[in-house]
Amino acid sequence: MSERQLGERGGAAPPVRIRIASSAGLPGIAPRDGEPDAGPPRGLAGDAWYDLRRKPIFWVAVTLVLLFLVMATVPRVYTSISPTVCDLSRSQNPPSGQHWFGTDLQGCDVYARTIYGARASILVGVLSTLVSGVLALVVGMVAGYYGGWIDALLTRIIDIVLGIPLLLAAIVLSRSFGTRDLGIWPVVLVLGVLGWTTGARVVRSCVISAKQQDYVQAARMLGAGNRRIMFRHILPNAVAPFIVVLTIALGVFIATEATLSFLGVGLRPPTISWGDDISVAQGRFYQAPWPLLFPAGFLALTVVAFSMLGESVREAFDPRLR
Amino acid sequence: MTGLYSPPPKTGSGSAQAAMTGPYSPPPQTGSGSAQAAMTAMVAAPLLDVRDLALQFHTRDGVATVLNGVSYHLDPAEVLAVLGESGSGKSVTAHAIMGILDTPPARITGGEILYQGQDLLRMPESARRRFRGREIGMIFQDALSALNPVFSVGFQIAEAVRLGEGTSRADARKRAVELMDLVRIPGARQRVGEYPHQFSGGMRQRIMIAMALAQRPKVLIADEPTTALDVTVQAQIMDLLAELRRDLGMAMILITHDLGVVADVADRIVVMYAGRIVEQADVYQLYRTPGHPYTRGLLASVPRLNGKGAPLATIPGLPPSLTKIPTGCPFHPRCPYARDVCRSTVPPRVPLGIGRYSACHFAREVADGRRG
Amino acid sequence: MVAAAEPLIRVENLVKHFGTTGGGTGRGRSRHGRAGRHPGAIRAVDGVSFELYRGETLGVVGESGCGKSTLAKLLMLAERPTAGRAYLEGRDMLKMSGAELRRLRRRVQMVMQDPYTSLNPRMTVGDIVGEPYEIHPDAAPRGDRRRLVQQLLEYVGLNPEHINRYPHQFSGGQRQRVGIARALALRPEVIICDEPVSALDVSIQAQVINLLERLQAEFGLSYIFIAHDLSVVRHISDRVAVMYLGKFVEVGTEAQIYARPTHPYTQALLSAVPVPDPDARAWRDIIRLEGDVPSPADPPSGCRFRTRCWRPRERCATEEPPLAMRAADPHPSACHFAELRHGASRW
Repeated sequence: MSERQLGERGGAAPPVRIRIASSAGLPGIAPRDGEPDAGPPRGLAGDAWYDLRRKPIFWVAVTLVLLFLVMATVPRVYTSISPTVCDLSRSQNPPSGQHWFGTDLQGCDVYARTIYGARASILVGVLSTLVSGVLALVVGMVAGYYGGWIDALLTRIIDIVLGIPLLLAAIVLSRSFGTRDLGIWPVVLVLGVLGWTTGARVVRSCVISAKQQDYVQAARMLGAGNRRIMFRHILPNAVAPFIVVLTIALGVFIATEATLSFLGVGLRPPTISWGDDISVAQGRFYQAPWPLLFPAGFLALTVVAFSMLGESVREAFDPRLR
Repeated sequence: MTGLYSPPPKTGSGSAQAAMTGPYSPPPQTGSGSAQAAMTAMVAAPLLDVRDLALQFHTRDGVATVLNGVSYHLDPAEVLAVLGESGSGKSVTAHAIMGILDTPPARITGGEILYQGQDLLRMPESARRRFRGREIGMIFQDALSALNPVFSVGFQIAEAVRLGEGTSRADARKRAVELMDLVRIPGARQRVGEYPHQFSGGMRQRIMIAMALAQRPKVLIADEPTTALDVTVQAQIMDLLAELRRDLGMAMILITHDLGVVADVADRIVVMYAGRIVEQADVYQLYRTPGHPYTRGLLASVPRLNGKGAPLATIPGLPPSLTKIPTGCPFHPRCPYARDVCRSTVPPRVPLGIGRYSACHFAREVADGRRG
Repeated sequence: MVAAAEPLIRVENLVKHFGTTGGGTGRGRSRHGRAGRHPGAIRAVDGVSFELYRGETLGVVGESGCGKSTLAKLLMLAERPTAGRAYLEGRDMLKMSGAELRRLRRRVQMVMQDPYTSLNPRMTVGDIVGEPYEIHPDAAPRGDRRRLVQQLLEYVGLNPEHINRYPHQFSGGQRQRVGIARALALRPEVIICDEPVSALDVSIQAQVINLLERLQAEFGLSYIFIAHDLSVVRHISDRVAVMYLGKFVEVGTEAQIYARPTHPYTQALLSAVPVPDPDARAWRDIIRLEGDVPSPADPPSGCRFRTRCWRPRERCATEEPPLAMRAADPHPSACHFAELRHGASRW
């Protein structure tokens, strides 16, 4: 206990204890610790950033995510061809100088459709993450902080939600909206309402462990109220793993959206989505694989990019490596 | 540096130790314990000899020089105390001897560890494994985390026995009970099937000692064996260790920061600071006339049981960061004796009698008790 | 030092039992291994009474699991006692609420054991030391707070310019100083120190002990100093209470407890403390206690120490010895056969 591990600021924690205290020099009485070179203030987030900056995988992930975000917001940057102007005379042309990714059965440009498809996928991902994130945060905080019967009740609800099959819920919901075109919202609703459980569990366990920390005890003994303890002491210490869960969830939501669309219970035309395009293209895979391969490749890349980002952020924040 | 290494001299207490092993039954694994003791007395070859060990840790804040030319030796049947505060490198040296360092981040950059003349560091892992447990055993501070919670203690001790001897399960279990008796766990036969969490801290430490002794090592390294224990239990464990060491004719390296425990059991002491050995002395000499300002400061800063007294003497400042060890003598920023030479030159080992040295430019002044 | 007629804090028969499942006394719960056979509440603190006077230090020593940390939590009102009373200048602390409780917080503060977990890693040192002022805004006007925090850092021997650093940029000893500065912020009259130096290295430990003594003299603080290290406790305490299995077994001045202990447990504890002097091997006479501390869920009948006592008699098993004045030496000792131990006063 008396000694901190070397791993305090990076590197795997070795079993031996080494102090790398960065300041020194206080004489026994009254005086102060006067070493000037202990460096500027540096929080845990600062440390994490320091770690992240050194990781190529983080930069690869960031670059990809940025590329996809731009694709979703201003697709015109990538292509001037409209995804909805199709020419049946050019049905199922292989990739060429004019149509980089070829054309599909309808004669639409696969490259343009793939680029435009990013919007729906990423929007669904981001919105469902927001919805589920808010739910997870509220439920997790309340359950973890108050404990007792509240916790028991909320944990039970989490279990129940976890027990609902996603596909079934999506089908039910999609049927209940009938043929009305509500865009991406039904899918966002399904994913958001069913996808918060993991996040809530993470928040709950973080809150529970933060609640027992000595510094929370210390704040209580100073007379701090619930609100201060929750927002000043517990939340900041629980938020890092939560953000990480969200980044990973984002990738999962995008993949799930594609799955739902593929099965016909997610997004449908006229919304352009990767899942829907893959679904349409699969029947003619042997004649023309490109309308399937390119959206599928982009989909995989997006999911991998978000997971990589989440994973590298998690590593940077992981207290065990700190 | 090897030239500086003084051949291990037989101090008074050392030979007394060698003589003491006589009356006890020879350790079974050597076959000829008394012959060995006789040989030891003549040749005075150290059992274990750490020479000029250097070790670095690669951290984000730079390269930490964790060990910088650490040399010490262990004679058969003696108790060597390695005294130091956290970060001094006392545990790392032991981990290097056992070959259980995490590499990376640790990297041994120089030196050798001779066990009966063989360099452990230049051995393939497969050969080295034979020394671990069989020749050198180790016990740790935190017995709870060193024991596996999902296996019974009997099983874990038996495994340690089987690792060494490859005996049958039934025999190993029988031996586990014997070992538990040896470390005085009451009702060993009944408790052999219990799990670590069912034992108290002191009992768990006994179980760890039993495991370390399972293969009858010649050297026992005890890394802060009683730090986590209460005083009364600590006394029991130290008694047990002292007794076992005598009865089994083991040599022991006791790693600790506790000046009281050292004074109680050690024959010889090396004091470590910032990855170096700053002083080596016989236990009586070290406490009577400390030869290094750091040792002196440590002894003065311990609150004593026999009086309330004035404010404690303190060593000013903090131990250095191992990524930024001061030039010259690493202790100079905190040292009352420091002069210009201390800032520029690493102090040599100044001999202060037989088997005794201090790495201080002013070692004689310090040992004579002159103020800095 | 023991001058004022009225004690600052008076504790009467404080009791804390934990249910079998909830709570705990920190480490050293379920010792002995046979827990579960005797289901029952864990009697962490089982009838403790004492007084603390202004400006004095009361040391509380005991082994792990004796209930000393629970006692600290009770006094900080972090745990509700099962029974008993605690008065601060005659007013019942346990009945306080609202504004009165907030005032109490300003008068009684605490320094915790572990300098690594007692500071919020996401707050700067300035925020940590200044938090008491945010919780008690009337303690200091907003404009003064930064200056006050810097002053506090200076008091405890830290560089006031480091106000924007984070805890992990400091060593253990420095973090403990931050914890002390936080405890001092509201200018309390009492600071409860729960093992404040046990996590620190020897040379750093001495610095922090000296700091605590200096602050006591400067601010007229009273300390309740809880520790397992008998040497440290003697060094800092005016009076000492020895705790075993939830009860005080002996209370006296520092000189009485250390030079003339009459309880066999105190005598055994003192004899077992390793002496940093190899010459002591010749004359030390260690009383070797057998076994471990029994489970606080199932304490022995009569005298709780009798199972490990080195001079038990029949009466000890049947009749619980009260903490009372004994003929052997004029200070309270909870032993029927309290007597001085001869020829062993040299520790």
